Order: sequence, then structure tokens, then C-alpha cells
Amino acid sequence: MREPVIKTEKLTKRFGDFVAVNEISFETYPGEIFGFLGANGAGKTTAMRMLCGLSIPTSGKATVAGFDVFTHRDDIKQNIGYMSQKFSLYEDLTVLENIEFYAGIYGLTDREIKDRTDELIQKLGLQKEAKHLVASLPLGWKQKLAFSVALIHRPKVVFLDEPTSGVDPVTRRQFWNMIYEASANGVGIFVTTHYMDESEYCHRISIMVDGNIEALDTPANLKKKFEADSMDEVFYQLARGAKRQAD
Amino acid sequence: MRTLKFLLRKEFRQIFRNKSILPMIFVVPILQLLILPLAADYAIKNISLAVVDHDHSPYSQKLISKITSSGYFQLTGFCDSYKTAMNLVEKDEADLILEIPEGFEKNLIRESEQKLFVAANAINGTRANLGGVYLGSILRNFNSEVRMEWIPVTRFSPLATIEITSSNWYNPHLNYNYFMVPGILVILVTMMGGYMAALNIVKEKEIGTIEQINVTPIKKYHFILGKLIPFWVIGAMVFTVGMLVSWLVYGIVPLGSIALLYGYLAAYLLSVLGFGLLVSTYSETQQQAMSVAFFFVMIFNLMSGLYTPIESMPDWARMISHFIPVTYFVEVMRMIVLKGSEFHNIITHLVAILLIALVLNVWAILNYRKTSS
Repeated sequence: MREPVIKTEKLTKRFGDFVAVNEISFETYPGEIFGFLGANGAGKTTAMRMLCGLSIPTSGKATVAGFDVFTHRDDIKQNIGYMSQKFSLYEDLTVLENIEFYAGIYGLTDREIKDRTDELIQKLGLQKEAKHLVASLPLGWKQKLAFSVALIHRPKVVFLDEPTSGVDPVTRRQFWNMIYEASANGVGIFVTTHYMDESEYCHRISIMVDGNIEALDTPANLKKKFEADSMDEVFYQLARGAKRQAD
Repeated sequence: MRTLKFLLRKEFRQIFRNKSILPMIFVVPILQLLILPLAADYAIKNISLAVVDHDHSPYSQKLISKITSSGYFQLTGFCDSYKTAMNLVEKDEADLILEIPEGFEKNLIRESEQKLFVAANAINGTRANLGGVYLGSILRNFNSEVRMEWIPVTRFSPLATIEITSSNWYNPHLNYNYFMVPGILVILVTMMGGYMAALNIVKEKEIGTIEQINVTPIKKYHFILGKLIPFWVIGAMVFTVGMLVSWLVYGIVPLGSIALLYGYLAAYLLSVLGFGLLVSTYSETQQQAMSVAFFFVMIFNLMSGLYTPIESMPDWARMISHFIPVTYFVEVMRMIVLKGSEFHNIITHLVAILLIALVLNVWAILNYRKTSS
């Protein structure tokens, strides 16, 4: 049996009386694209912050890339990639400078930095733009670059927080092709999204409602179980019962 | 160390790519140092004086010409009555009224005694006060000249007089520039260092890159050092530009050791950057950071003893001024630049500034941790 890249057991986060994340348990595997769905305020972001080592859980257990979220947060950070809905590259640095910076702070050697930069520029076809400021690139290219940079240190798992919000359908398609490629290379993908059609691209999906995981299965099985034609309908059936107000 | 190298490379690239920063480093200090000392000159000149001369005698003429030739006063009106002179004061055209009574010359000669009346518009207290003092000293001078004319100087003067001679140490010509320019330079370094560091860090919060940095293995102290070191260097550059301006324009050459001055600056910048860092941990946007920093810099300016002596502040204000880093550097600047003070003279100032720096930085780092975990 393969080792899971993310494993949680009754992972909980409380803020005072408020239970943001209530005893969630799941596992994801290398190369698996795991869709993490939920309405705004359902607790997705809190759960993700705990898994990235940004926030300490209240109770439960979890390991990411084999490291404990309570005791080895620094090791976790070294072994995960992260890309958020907020654009995460420096606009006032060039493409090359951004790649060099992120590669450098993950401790890559100069040799590795050079090789991976060349490879990345080649793959994205950014030869002409390499020395341009990131601010001058179209949004879609920035997103693709940000994703590639999040993978520069070859993490075991990459967290994508609504990575495609605001990009056009064509770029979204290309973006998902990049996700599939990373997945084929054995990187675990943990992705949140609000686009239900996108969720169908995932291998497995969990849907959070009010801090609990209410459903967890492949898109096909979920549709069967909820007798729905689309993921949209599945999501609607579950989210309708939510008591929490979106924030 | 390698992480820090990449952080510093990134910071310096961003800073020097920013078109507004280079002018900030070079142009702002030059302009401020050229303009502000002119405004912060306490020697009061051009006090407007209205004269009401009821006497119209040679002596009254002599007195008036003596007053106008002193250079402090500007004759704005010759009035025939006190009432018209008061009108000038009400219209803000006169600061002082000098009333010379009728029979001034006659009484002066016959009774060797005469009274003059001086009225001051005290809305601007300093101006009225100093104007009164200047006028008083001119009148005393005039008085003794008159006496010299009439009373033959004998070996045994009937009146014993005490004459005071004073010498002004460290700034013999009472040149206000010598006093103000080093102090203004301190404020400049404080503002540039504090604002720029605070804004820079908050900017990363605003655009969201700090979130990205938080999920990388970068340690907090790496990140903070990566931010502080560049602004420490910039602070020293601003200071250097300022010192060059004060030498070239005002001819101010530090009497004391320049190395000592820079040594103190190094410690001082730690406290200023700690302040900037602290402001940044409490702010989510650059606007917030700017308003908070502005509030404190105002207090720093007015309570640090730069413009007004701390000794004449009320007790509570003196207490506060002890917690303001600017206070110490303004004093040290004046000590080293004007008096040529040495290391042992500024030890208490150094200890104080290091303590302030320690408190601000530790506070900022603790607070920074809290907000991001």
C-alpha cells in the first residue's frame, strides 16, 4: 500500500466556542488530485492553513508529506508547494528573478536553480519574457508561472487555493493540463475551487459543510449516490443544509 | 545564511527598481535640509513696530533711528495717537507699539528721568517677548549713551554698575543653523527609515506575497532581517547625504569623531527600524501604517527636544520624551557635532537607545508571530 501524502484523523480547529473544522479525517495519495470543496465559511481555508503549517490544530492528528502538523511544521513547509488565489509572485521582479528567489529560499543549489529555471522557461515558452517584469504578463501566464514556481523545489504535495479564479476558460484548460502533468509525476494535488465543472477533473472530492466533511468519493460515485446529473447538483444538495452564514 | 542572501538580493532589487525611492534617498534630505532650517530659526527679525511720537524732538528722532538701525525692527507706522497705533496692531500690521510721551527731551534733560511706554501684541508670544527684550536692550543702550554725554566720567562714579560679559561656548555666533540642522537630520533619518520599513512590510501583506512567504521554510528572523538590513543601509545613506549637505551648505563639520557619530547612528537605526516593524505588525494596509506612523512621528518631532528644550516641558512630557528614540539622537548629534563629545560622554545615550531598540524589536517580533500563526 502506498504511503499517503496527507493523512488526517479527527483534525479539529476551534476558535473559542466556534468549531471551524470539526473532526475531519481523510487521506490523499501521491499523484492523486484531491478536490476540497465547500461553500464560503465552511472551514476549507482553516483546514488548509493547518495542513500548510500556518495554524496549529486544536486536536486530532495529521501528517503532511510524512511530517506531523504539531511538531514538524518546518519540515512540512520544505516539502509542500502552495499557490493561493491571491497572486503570489512579485510583480516588480522579472520572471527569472522570481524563479531564482523562490528556488533559493527552498535551499536549491546554484546548479539546480540554473537547470530548473532553464527547464521551466522552456516548458512555459517564456524565453522572450524571461527578463520582463512579471507585472507585464497577462494574468493567465502569471498563474501558470506561479504554479510552476510552486513546484520548483519538487514538493511531495502542492496546495492550490482557488488557483483558476479570474482566468479565461482556455487558460483554465491549460492550467488543468499542467495539474495533470504534475499529478502524473507523482505530486499529490490538493485543490480548492468554486467551479463545479472543474471539480469533475479531480480524482476524488470532499465536500465540507459547516466544518464537517459531508461527502468524500470520486465524482462519479458522488453523482450516483446523490442521484444527480452534475457535481453542481451534488454540491447544491449538500450546501443547502448549511447553517453557517458565508463570511 | 543562504536564505538571507536570496532575501536581500530580492529586497535590494525591488527597492532600487522602485522609481520613487532613489529621489527619496537623495532629493528629500537635500531639500528638507535647505528649507527647514530657514523656518526653524528662532532669531526674530523684522518685528514690525509702530511708533507714537508725541515729542518730535531731536532726542526722540535719535532714539527711533537707533531702533530702526538695529536690524530687528521694521517701522510700519508713525502714528499721532496711541489709538491709531492700536489699529495697526489689530490689523496685524504691528507687533509692538512704542509711545514716546510729550516733553520726552525736556524731561530727560531737566529731570534726567523719563518714562517710555511699550505695548506688545502677545498673540505670538515668542515674538512679543523677544521683541520686548530687544527693544528694552536698545533703550538701555540709549540710556547709557545719554548718560555718557551728560555725566563726565569720573574715577569715582557715583553709581556702581555691574556689567555682564558673556561668552557663548560651542556656537559662538549663536548661529541657529548649527543648532537646528543636525537635529533636523535626525528627524529625516527617522522618518525615512521608519516609514519606508513599515510600508515595505505592509505592502507584502497587501499584495498577499507574505502568505506565500509564510508557507516557505523561511524563518521569521530571516524574513525580518531581510527587511531590516536594506533599510538600515538606506538610513545610513540618507544620513550621509544629509551630513554632506550640512557641510557644503552650512559649513557644519562635526567637532567630534565621525566614526562615533556613525556608530551611534547604527544603534539608532535599530530602534527606528524596530519602530517601523512594530507599526507594520499592527497594520493591514499601507494607509493604516502611514497614519499610525505619522501620529508617532508628530510626537517624536515635537517632544524630542528638537524645537523646544525638554527642560522646560512639564514633568509628564519629560517622562514621555525619555521614551522617544529621537530625543537621544538629537542630543548626541548636538553633543558630537557641536561640542566634540567623546564616547564616554554618550554612554548613557547609547545604553538608552539600545534598550529602546531591544524593546521595540522584541515586541514587533512577538507580535509578528502571533498574527501569522
